[in-house]
Amino acid sequence: MLLKLAWRNIWRNKRRTLITIASIFFAVLFSIFMNSFQKGAWVRMLDNIVNYYYGYAQIHQKGYWEEKTLNESLELTDELLQLPAQIDGLEKVIPRLETFALLSSGEHTNGMMIVGTDPEAEEALTQLQSRITEGKYFDKSDKALLVAGGVKDLLKVNLGDTLVILTQGYHGLNAAGKYPIKGVVHFASPDLNKRMVYLPLDETQNLLGANSLATSLALKLDDIDDLESVIEQLNEKLDTETYEIMDWQAMIPDLVEAQKTDAAGNYVFLVVLYLIISFGIFGTILMMVKEREYEFGVLLSIGMSRGLLALSTWLEILFMAIIGVILGILGAIPLVYYFKVNPIDFSQYGDEMANTYEKWGFDPIFPTIMDASLFYSQAILVVVITSLLALFAIWKIYRLEPVKAMRE
Amino acid sequence: MSLIEIKGITKTYNPKKIPVRALRGIDLLIEEGEFTAIVGPSGSGKTTLLNIIGGLDRQTEGEIIVDSVNITDLSDNKMIDFRKSKIGFVFQSYNLIPVFTAAENIGFIMLLQKKSKNEISTRVAELLKSVGIEAQKNKRPNEMSGGQQQRVAVARALASKPKFVLADEPTANLDSKSTTNLLDIMENLNKNEGITFVFSTHDQRVIDRAHRVVTIEDGRVISDVKVEKVKS
Repeated sequence: MLLKLAWRNIWRNKRRTLITIASIFFAVLFSIFMNSFQKGAWVRMLDNIVNYYYGYAQIHQKGYWEEKTLNESLELTDELLQLPAQIDGLEKVIPRLETFALLSSGEHTNGMMIVGTDPEAEEALTQLQSRITEGKYFDKSDKALLVAGGVKDLLKVNLGDTLVILTQGYHGLNAAGKYPIKGVVHFASPDLNKRMVYLPLDETQNLLGANSLATSLALKLDDIDDLESVIEQLNEKLDTETYEIMDWQAMIPDLVEAQKTDAAGNYVFLVVLYLIISFGIFGTILMMVKEREYEFGVLLSIGMSRGLLALSTWLEILFMAIIGVILGILGAIPLVYYFKVNPIDFSQYGDEMANTYEKWGFDPIFPTIMDASLFYSQAILVVVITSLLALFAIWKIYRLEPVKAMRE
Repeated sequence: MSLIEIKGITKTYNPKKIPVRALRGIDLLIEEGEFTAIVGPSGSGKTTLLNIIGGLDRQTEGEIIVDSVNITDLSDNKMIDFRKSKIGFVFQSYNLIPVFTAAENIGFIMLLQKKSKNEISTRVAELLKSVGIEAQKNKRPNEMSGGQQQRVAVARALASKPKFVLADEPTANLDSKSTTNLLDIMENLNKNEGITFVFSTHDQRVIDRAHRVVTIEDGRVISDVKVEKVKS
């Protein structure tokens, strides 16, 4: 009966109820879309940065990340290489031997990053082969390079040309070699595009005098949600005095900070949006309470307890909120889905805008994501806000004097 | 033991600012089965007295015992429970719940008393019949005339089988035909089912039907007359 009373009461003033529901509808729709858009952009950005090179986590010799020198390399033991078989959620380990080197062709010389990697394992993590724009992908036994498009331009070389590498090897060894360019790869990130040079791992170890060594093991997971559990298992399995296990957040703290700053900006917008909506809902509650003081007085007179009256009034307010939330979610689902399938591509709005995003290291493409938490978090938020606002009506009911209410 | 015992009741509004003394010491005993009218000019204190008897307002001084319960010191929640089980109210403006039908309005208090569905529907049907509005049972208040609404209000007041019904100017908004019908209904309920009615009124038609007329002026009882009714 209370539900019936509350439900019928909200339709006594249809126009006001519809305006209130509409305001909740738009608030929920906008906030779901905004959050989905922002989260989608970050997921893609992370995908660009993390999956293009770092991986979601890495294992190093303890102290490597701080110094980043070959002298802090780790021994590629069977224990490390067999980890995928022993750790749930870990699909593959990608051993890399990384160092900075001078690369030269004719009169052009530049500092680049040499990445010695297992071609097959690298492909599994970063899909490097799919980024080949010229030439072919390399094999494990090749003595040839893959260079990023920007490197090719800086050194003024072409496919098949030979590059000379000069660097310092393991424990100060002089390392020099010359290799032909077998393929050219493209990275969306301009930073990676102008400095990345890949060489098969075995050849890199030979070049640097670092046989069976690697500077990092990038980890490929079955699912990003397994990250925490994989790190936990690795910490138990490996000697943490010898190895350091770092997730992408520890490796790229700047990205985490940027994400937090962006999220904070979004929260400010949502707080302002919900503040405006809250004033609208509060206005409705205020009018409803004022108009119905007499009726509340009568209900108390005939024997309805204050608790039941407050509950019925709270249900009225909650019904409006729930209708608004449901409609908002129903409206947001096709909108979010549309932009998930057809992401906003800022390169269509001019090169300048696209270049701005590319300078920051990610594609100028912004998809939304469909994540259940985006939807139910808004529902919970609106229910909490309306319940808090309903406290005003409840407070008035508990202070109401029936005789006074009926007299006025 | 009287059904209602009123002992030395006073009521002063705004006691700390500009005191208005609405009741100045009322002593009254109302027996079970009475059909009593409290009369007097506007501002004499009739409604205030009724509100205090019904526990809607608190007296400044004095004591009031209803059905052997001293309601003077009952807490707010206990008073609401007491009203729900012992007292029926009929208001001048009917005061039905606008979103409920006649039948739902009548059954509402029984729902608050957590009565079973069967018990409620039987009692509602019985009351609709006794006040003669069976045809209106599915109508909402705005679809009924004033007289019909007031009959629903009487049925609602009786739904919880109260010890007595307090009716504040119940005929003030009714035409004479509706007034006669309503008074017939209440008189029959009093005569046949022994329900005690206490009215506040200055409607002569109600006064003419009352078995006891208590006149109040300036917050004091100035006369208390029992009328011998000639059975027709």
